[in-house]
Amino acid sequence: MLLARVIGPVVATMKHPAFHAHKLLLVQPLDSEGAPQGPEIIAVDSVQAGKGDLVLLMREGNGARQITAQKNAPIRSVIAGIVDRVDAGARTTFGAAHRGGEA
Amino acid sequence: MYLGEVRGTVVATRKYEGLEGRKLLLVQPVDRRRRPVGPMEVSVDTVQAGPGDFVYLVGSREASLALDPWFVPVDSAIVGIVDDVDTGDEPARRG
Repeated sequence: MLLARVIGPVVATMKHPAFHAHKLLLVQPLDSEGAPQGPEIIAVDSVQAGKGDLVLLMREGNGARQITAQKNAPIRSVIAGIVDRVDAGARTTFGAAHRGGEA
Repeated sequence: MYLGEVRGTVVATRKYEGLEGRKLLLVQPVDRRRRPVGPMEVSVDTVQAGPGDFVYLVGSREASLALDPWFVPVDSAIVGIVDDVDTGDEPARRG
């Protein structure tokens, strides 16, 4: 799984039936320092994430089909969690402290 | 899944079984501002997309699951036409 920041929702009217009633979010994967790394990814939201949230991005089809409870759905990327913070050694590299608020 | 922009159609007479009658499109993966990201790819269409459309795609094994019957040799499928990406900054849609 990757750490990623939610950019915003993706709206699509014409879509494969497996995507009906699933919220799609565009996310930017991040490196260990929180900087953008790699291309933007579209993921199905399973945790009510929103714009600006730090999330766990899973990119594997079997898990995606389990989370969305659809057999044979062409879904590969799912947001599997909202990250509160990441502690690496003595440092909090992500989370409220990283954004300048309370840890 | 990722964003892309349809650039053209691909015509192939001889195709592996299961791909007959499938529309193949040439797609440029793009970011939310429709700037190109990485190389072009050929995708199978499932949503009646056409050249110029802003779409989203699914890759790898899940691409073949977009088709019925689904056990076909594809690794990229267009699974939606994007109306809007709500980023809070300038519009992604060109018009």
